[in-house]
Amino acid sequence: MERKTKVNAPEGTQDILITRDFELPVALLFRAHAEAEIIAQWMGTNVLKLEMKSHGGWQYETRDPEGNVVFRANGVFHEVVPNQRIVRTFEMENAGFGAQLEFIEFEALTEDTSRLTIHSVYRSSELRDQVLKLPFEYGINMAHDRLQKVVSNLK
Amino acid sequence: MSALRRDVFQAIADPTRRAILLLVAPHSMTAGAIAANFDTARPTVSKHLHILTECELLTQEQRGREVYYHLNPHKMKAIADFIEPFRQLWDDRFNKLESIMKKYKSPK
Repeated sequence: MERKTKVNAPEGTQDILITRDFELPVALLFRAHAEAEIIAQWMGTNVLKLEMKSHGGWQYETRDPEGNVVFRANGVFHEVVPNQRIVRTFEMENAGFGAQLEFIEFEALTEDTSRLTIHSVYRSSELRDQVLKLPFEYGINMAHDRLQKVVSNLK
Repeated sequence: MSALRRDVFQAIADPTRRAILLLVAPHSMTAGAIAANFDTARPTVSKHLHILTECELLTQEQRGREVYYHLNPHKMKAIADFIEPFRQLWDDRFNKLESIMKKYKSPK
């Protein structure tokens, strides 16, 4: 299967580059990043605050079925140019990774297709690597949990 | 558990441990044979072997009186691909984004 989303994280740098082409006009791609209700759907998180303008703030929050907060992130918009660019900070709360700077670029390829490029810059390459490994470690955890379930069923 | 998970990455961050993994990759070896390749003291090599075994990069096999160390290729592959779950996470999100926005497209 074709890998639509590309992730580039050169060793020793503090950057992550994510690129993805969409079968969507650039205006719709931008809208998916600018409207709280839509972000909530594809990011799978609640959008508590979204002030789409320079110096505006944003905050996301995800709770588990019991109502415990499992993820919360916030930041500030530095630049918002519709259908072109969003520059913002991003910080996961209580995670110890600090703030990262994100340059989100929107580019029309044709009338019906567009390209998204996210360039994230972390404070250090070590922190960058930790963030990159989060889903990997989550995967190991899930595998571990599954294994434990299998083992406990054997008892 | 979290300490153990961190160990996998600490394990490959250490140059001696990376050298041990390369050494053992083609064929299994005893601790003595591995230690003979390093200037460091035998207990230091043992400590590295212990860490590598604990995070499952190496597996032990008892043959007679000797313990042989093997490379665990599955674990190595998982680490080589450590960016893949991150990529997959974003790919899933973007696929969702695309299908949601396609609905906004039609009733224009």
